[in-house]
Amino acid sequence: MTGSDSAARGAAAAPDAVKILIAGGFGVGKTTMVGSVSEIAPLRTEEPLTMAGLGVDDLDGIERKQATTVALDFGRITIGDDLVLYLFGTPGQQRFWFMWNDLAIGALGAVVLVDVRRPESSFAAIDFFERRGIPFVIGVNGFHGEHPYSPEEIRDALALPEGTQVLLCDARERGSCREVLVALIDQLIATSARGDGAAVGPAAAS
Amino acid sequence: MSGGDTAGRLVRPFTLTGGRTKPDRTDFTLITSVTAVDPQPDGGPRPQPEHLRILRLCERPVVVAELATLLDLPVSVITIMLCDLLRVGRITVRPPRPVSRTPDLELLQKVRDGLDRL
Repeated sequence: MTGSDSAARGAAAAPDAVKILIAGGFGVGKTTMVGSVSEIAPLRTEEPLTMAGLGVDDLDGIERKQATTVALDFGRITIGDDLVLYLFGTPGQQRFWFMWNDLAIGALGAVVLVDVRRPESSFAAIDFFERRGIPFVIGVNGFHGEHPYSPEEIRDALALPEGTQVLLCDARERGSCREVLVALIDQLIATSARGDGAAVGPAAAS
Repeated sequence: MSGGDTAGRLVRPFTLTGGRTKPDRTDFTLITSVTAVDPQPDGGPRPQPEHLRILRLCERPVVVAELATLLDLPVSVITIMLCDLLRVGRITVRPPRPVSRTPDLELLQKVRDGLDRL
């Protein structure tokens, strides 16, 4: 193990930490999904916008109160004594994207949630991960659990790269969210087993 | 003055950092794990109350994002205060598990098994 100063008398060694991002348009169900699988109620941290480059943001017409902070919701899944998985719901508003670069560094991958009633609100998230070569799967969050479109129709509508997994889900259901996360991990396992770094690999299951 | 509340909320956290808005290290991430050194080193400047609160919270390992939530402070402020504590040897820091384009299979399998147990 890494702990060089193993004067670890009772002092627990810090577990490894990894993260997965839950992205998608504003109000698509990101925090709901984080809450469904997290062992703790979703936590929120707020960051003043002045820190990260207010100058580059067009804040015209935005109420001052809304413009002052950007919130980040996250949850935690303890995998074992030595490994903890964090889920971060990315800020949905486009003007807060400068925060995403920091968020994306070191992420295993991402789930992009899509609301079929307004899929365009998730285009930018898809584009973001595609361009950075960050592996992702699409979770179609059916509101009230309804899914009027098939995964194929959605794949066409979103013009997704070949092999991108599209999963119908319900962000309110733990089991459903788990399936989406497992699909992402299986895709990473398939990619890793092949030894290539392809961002989007046809997953074994799709 | 109008908007006093808003301005106060923005400005106040940075009084904890002596007005600094940038950390002197940039390698603190949201999931960097922080642990208070036990026992705490003798001597040195007495920690500020907010620093002491951090030290209490990280008696067991805790990540930066959780500290920010627990203290209701921006991550950027927490990071600056952690730099202070690190400099005087009061905390140890563990970076997140590095993730390459092809993360190792053992790690992924572990995550998958953990999700299966959810």
